Amino acid sequence: MDAIVLQILNGLDKGGAYALIALGLTLIFGTLGVVNFAHGALFMLGAFCAVAFNKLIGLEQVVVDPTKTTAWGTPLETRVPYIEVWLGDTGTTMLNYSVPLSIAFAIPVMLLAGYVMERGLIRHFYKRPHAEQILVTFGLAIVLQEIIKTYFGANPIPQSAPDMVRGAMDLGVMLGFDPGTVVYPQWRIVYLFFSLSVIGGVFAFLQFTTFGMVVRAGMADRETVGLLGINIERRFTLVFAVAAVVAGLAGVMYTPILPPDYHMGMDFLVLSFVVVVVGGMGSLPGAVSAGFLLGILQSFASMNEVKTILPGIDQIIIYLVAVIILLVRPRGLMGRKGVMET
Amino acid sequence: MSIIRRPMNRRSLLKAGAASGLVLATPTIISRSAWAETNFRNDPTNSKTVTFGFNVPQTGAYADEGADELRAYQLAVKHLNGEGDGGMLSTMKPLSLNGNGVLGKKVDYVTGDTQTKSDAARASAKRMIEKDGVVMWSGGSSSGVAIAQQSLAQEMGVVFMCGLTHSNDTTGKDKRRYGFRHFFNAYMSGAALGPVLDKEMGKDRRAYHLTADYTWGWTQEESIANTTEGLGWETVNKVRTPLGAGDFSQYIAPVLNSGADVLILNHYGKDMINSLTQAVQFGLRDKLVNGKNFEIIVPLYSRLMAQGAGENIKGIYGTTNWNWSLQDEGSKAFVKSFGQEYGFPPSQAAHTCYVQTLLYADACERAGTFNPAEVIKALEDHQFDGMGNGPTLYRGSDHQCFKDVLVVKGNENATSQFDLLEVVEVTPASQVTYDPEIFGGELGPYKV
Repeated sequence: MDAIVLQILNGLDKGGAYALIALGLTLIFGTLGVVNFAHGALFMLGAFCAVAFNKLIGLEQVVVDPTKTTAWGTPLETRVPYIEVWLGDTGTTMLNYSVPLSIAFAIPVMLLAGYVMERGLIRHFYKRPHAEQILVTFGLAIVLQEIIKTYFGANPIPQSAPDMVRGAMDLGVMLGFDPGTVVYPQWRIVYLFFSLSVIGGVFAFLQFTTFGMVVRAGMADRETVGLLGINIERRFTLVFAVAAVVAGLAGVMYTPILPPDYHMGMDFLVLSFVVVVVGGMGSLPGAVSAGFLLGILQSFASMNEVKTILPGIDQIIIYLVAVIILLVRPRGLMGRKGVMET
Repeated sequence: MSIIRRPMNRRSLLKAGAASGLVLATPTIISRSAWAETNFRNDPTNSKTVTFGFNVPQTGAYADEGADELRAYQLAVKHLNGEGDGGMLSTMKPLSLNGNGVLGKKVDYVTGDTQTKSDAARASAKRMIEKDGVVMWSGGSSSGVAIAQQSLAQEMGVVFMCGLTHSNDTTGKDKRRYGFRHFFNAYMSGAALGPVLDKEMGKDRRAYHLTADYTWGWTQEESIANTTEGLGWETVNKVRTPLGAGDFSQYIAPVLNSGADVLILNHYGKDMINSLTQAVQFGLRDKLVNGKNFEIIVPLYSRLMAQGAGENIKGIYGTTNWNWSLQDEGSKAFVKSFGQEYGFPPSQAAHTCYVQTLLYADACERAGTFNPAEVIKALEDHQFDGMGNGPTLYRGSDHQCFKDVLVVKGNENATSQFDLLEVVEVTPASQVTYDPEIFGGELGPYKV
């Protein structure tokens, strides 16, 4: 039983990341009708916002000690972050909390990145076939990857969670299991709640604001909204930027779980597309539920008991589920009629 | 004159057959003999330079390691051509090189990108051989890629000096006459780790393996499990994980309640960074199982990769081929040269690539030719010293180097960003030497 609880938790936090990326993908597809293969790169870009922020506030004062030399004969350098020199303990605390603090840095950066992407490139492909959209956005993803690799290298760059939530917590005691049986990393629990909050925030934004209402109306019938004198394109540009922010925040908070490297977006991209297809093209609740469902299934498929019966199932489960869902419900779990259907 | 032709009898048929056979065979015998002695692929006799090929991952997950390898190759070429401070040329014994290139020819080089993919590596190597005319090529950082290139070396008749490759198969079942490995292997990691694990963790342990699902992972898992089982440890489970899994949490969670008190991560590169980071996050290192502290082992360590895992490597045991902190004359000379050139110390990948280049060049000098068959013979069973690993033998029967192996652990009191590994023990070569028959394989012919 404890193993099952662990895998459910595992699936939930994995699903949280899938759901956040898939949510942005669906939002873009539902509003702009664009199949955005650069969305994984936005997740990666968000993660590197955390890295860049950490590097910025961690800029070091280099003091050369001429009395000591390195193994290769140059004077030894001692490095202390400026922020610690200037702010003392406050500086140390800021460095410790650099990942959550980098959210404030990532939001404007991702908004700008989304805006520039949409205005500069994507909008020229609205009326082009999906195949062309896929090619151009995939190309954009590769360009973004290579830019990041040029500046940050190919090796993963570790980011630490704040000390307060760095270790693991014994959830078993709270859930009535023996102590030490259900131990789970605290940051992953933080990530799960964070992803639920962001998802809730996006839904509330679309549901309870006038802007959201117009966007939803535009998703349902773009032409009529346009005839009412509303500049839906401008709003859709902002939707693209919001989707970029959602993917970026998912990336920022994922950095303590997975040391980011330039390729991390591609690793999530294919999975996220499967999530969107399983959830139903253009359906926001579908994307979220499919994200969590596939995360949990993937975790269960990795259990030794399951792999003993079905070897290799952990590597194909997501695609197997996608095939079954598409056979049984061709529009996905919550797909709307008419989306991607001509 | 009779117009009646006599029927051919048996004797005349045999005579005619022998004569024709001799006539037909003569040019072949002459030409083959001539090829063996003077002609070989990319013979640089009529050129003022000799070209080496450096085929490393310049893109993909191992690009940083590839970049470090390339730095080492460039430094080796510099030293061979008599530039710089000479590096290990001042410590290498015996030494036939004299800093004026190889056999009087200046060394030139071309580079390629393996992308850490076997097909891309072979295509790049083939271009170097056919278009650039390399007499030797070298590179790492994956066993699958190294094995694929060794096969090509045998087909093309051009020597391949492996860079970083750790699978037993490279000099085991997939060994080739035209392939040579200086780097250690999984068997040696197990043999070196065994006594240290025995001393540090005792005989009554239960181990759980997470293994990268490809040739290197399989051979390392086998070697380490053989070692730990030899110590009396029980193997609880061996779980194969897909290469590049990213999030390993679903594989780590079952370890928690498996009854295991040791987790062995047969992962390298990004997989190692991710699985180790996540295992530490799951609190495994703080766990008490079977009355003992839970331990994690990473059998193959790399400083470059350790950097990616950050502070999670502290106190974790593993092995490495070489570390820049070694204090022998060869290591000091190399670290000084490399550090002055690039501003930071070399990685173990850089070290093995540098050494391989010098060893090949030295073998050419000793053989007095670039003819691969002769160079191979000069490398086989060659004994050398002063290159950072103590006295070393390039064993002729499998083209594997036998030298001391370092058992290391993540440094708990690092003094700099490079001071990540602490050498716990230097295991002597005699302790990691094995019978080549245990891994089988055939080297193949000298002449192809």
